[in-house]
Amino acid sequence: MISYLIRRLLYSVPIALGVSLMIFMLVHLAPGDPISAIAPADAPPDVVERLRVDYGYDKPLPIQFGLWLGRAVTGDLGNSVASGQPVAAEVMSAVGNTILLSLCAAVFGFTLGAVLGFVAGYKQGRAMDKIATAIAVAGISVPHYWLGMVLVIVFSVQLNALPAVGMGPGGSNDWAWDWLHMRHLILPAITLAVIPIGIVMRTTRSAVAEILNQEFVQALRAKGLSERHVLGHVIRNVAPTVLAVMGLQLGYLLGGSILIETVFSWPGTGFLLNTAIFRRDIPMLQGTILVLALFFVFLNVVVDLIQTAVDPRIKRA
Amino acid sequence: MTAALRQDQSPVAEAAPAPLVTVENLTVSFKGGDGVIKAVNGVDFTLERGKVLTILGESGSGKSVTLKAMMRLHPPRKTSYTGRIAIGGREILSLSDRELGQVRGSVVSMIFQEPMLAFDPVYTIGQQIAETVVRHEGVSRQAADKRALELLEMVQIPSAARRLKAYPHEMSGGMRQRAMIALALSCRPDLLLADEPTTALDATVQMQVLILLRQLQREMGMAVIFVTHDMGVAAEIADEVAVMYAGRFIETGPVGDVIGRRLHPYTEGLLASTVHGAQRGQRLETIAGAPPNLAKLPSGCAFAPRCRYVEPRCRETEVPLFHPKPDHAARCLRIDR
Repeated sequence: MISYLIRRLLYSVPIALGVSLMIFMLVHLAPGDPISAIAPADAPPDVVERLRVDYGYDKPLPIQFGLWLGRAVTGDLGNSVASGQPVAAEVMSAVGNTILLSLCAAVFGFTLGAVLGFVAGYKQGRAMDKIATAIAVAGISVPHYWLGMVLVIVFSVQLNALPAVGMGPGGSNDWAWDWLHMRHLILPAITLAVIPIGIVMRTTRSAVAEILNQEFVQALRAKGLSERHVLGHVIRNVAPTVLAVMGLQLGYLLGGSILIETVFSWPGTGFLLNTAIFRRDIPMLQGTILVLALFFVFLNVVVDLIQTAVDPRIKRA
Repeated sequence: MTAALRQDQSPVAEAAPAPLVTVENLTVSFKGGDGVIKAVNGVDFTLERGKVLTILGESGSGKSVTLKAMMRLHPPRKTSYTGRIAIGGREILSLSDRELGQVRGSVVSMIFQEPMLAFDPVYTIGQQIAETVVRHEGVSRQAADKRALELLEMVQIPSAARRLKAYPHEMSGGMRQRAMIALALSCRPDLLLADEPTTALDATVQMQVLILLRQLQREMGMAVIFVTHDMGVAAEIADEVAVMYAGRFIETGPVGDVIGRRLHPYTEGLLASTVHGAQRGQRLETIAGAPPNLAKLPSGCAFAPRCRYVEPRCRETEVPLFHPKPDHAARCLRIDR
């Protein structure tokens, strides 16, 4: 198991390298360079040139990549072109906020999705199944930024029950586990959970229905096991599939909440990305995407390891 | 042995204790998307302790459905049963779900056709056997593990201790079926149901598993209902044979009589279509046509459309069971003449 773990971690090194190269290149494929975005249009050419040298944009691309990667490995993601502050510090505080939001959405969404999916799969074709399936289809189909705005209109504007923006009273960014802060989490977390609920529900439903149709379930009943024990077997069998989907969904939640974070002004990575794009703040953009991509790689390793632990048919050798 | 056998068959048998299994006018039908499927249409039989009954028939004849009905294993919402099944004094069709759970696996247990599909793939063989022992005998986990090891040794699995920790996919087909037998026998059932347990195996392994089953059956003195489509297998293991067609027993009797002095044209066709009876270089005979659609059975004898001796009266009324000998019977009007 340990050697599998080490090997699996080593596999992710080339993946991470490839990802970082892609991220580096992607930003440079866009026309214009970052300096022309921050320098005023009437700035003297020699000033622009000096800025370019200061930020290292005068060097050939491979050298730029090498330098950037070398610094990135030591945790230095450069300075923001817009604010001049170190990118790493800003990204890390945003990552913390995003993880907070994503994990809350994940716990809520995965639990609800898995429970609904299990009930639907177990009661296939009956009323419970139809209701749960309708919820799942609605969850996947409704545009979640639209749902976010509707929730804001209902709960913040009309009912005045929950805050619409930010992560703390008075726009503070310091999190605390009290009601004053937690009420800020409710609307964005619910909105963010809607898609995972649908996807996890559908995956669980089809996995449960498939397992229940297998002969071994009949064999378990033929042994005289109680329905509770039979369901235990079913859960062990659907776990690998459902966990894999949950892992991927968690990846999407961490990386893909740009719209939600923008709608709710949640100071996370999505919000940061959105701002960086509008400011053409390339170091910030690269740093944020890199951190998010590495999250994804890391989550895949975790999912693989969990799957190997639950399903003996996946070889550990 | 001969004396005991003769006593079994004598008319004085009323004095003997009640048979282990009594099935009276059993019907099983399924509600499907396209109407009601009548899979079993009135089956009667009794089975004594320690005897082997083989149900012989083609796919779709209702033999597996009858077998699974013996422990009410069909999906409850889609299935309706009528008639009576009594096993060791328990009325199977009127048991509550809880009582049924206590009977399944302990009084009656089952071996499935494809052991790869019948074991849970993510639990070890040992866990799956021990779980049954814990369920029915209320012993500790350690005691159950010990019992699982004894059982694997009993079915002659080499290096049993290691196999206990193996997952189903890590074993060969023959070994899996032995493990399945060990699982089925784990709580010393009175009645073992075997659903084509050798069909999915290689011919050589098939024979080994049959011999093992026969030997264990004799040692433990349990009754077996063995479902197969293979005459050779039936001849090997059976005391009694019932030939099934379109959800009915169309011929029943001791194995020697059914194979040697068959009464029904369908049994004749089955025998003619197996390699055992045929001569080298000759073509095997087949039974023309296909089994009837169980959603709309023909009136009269269900085999009439495929029968080479068919007469007009065959299609008129339902054919009763004729008994040319007390223990050998068949549903064919030709016997009546």
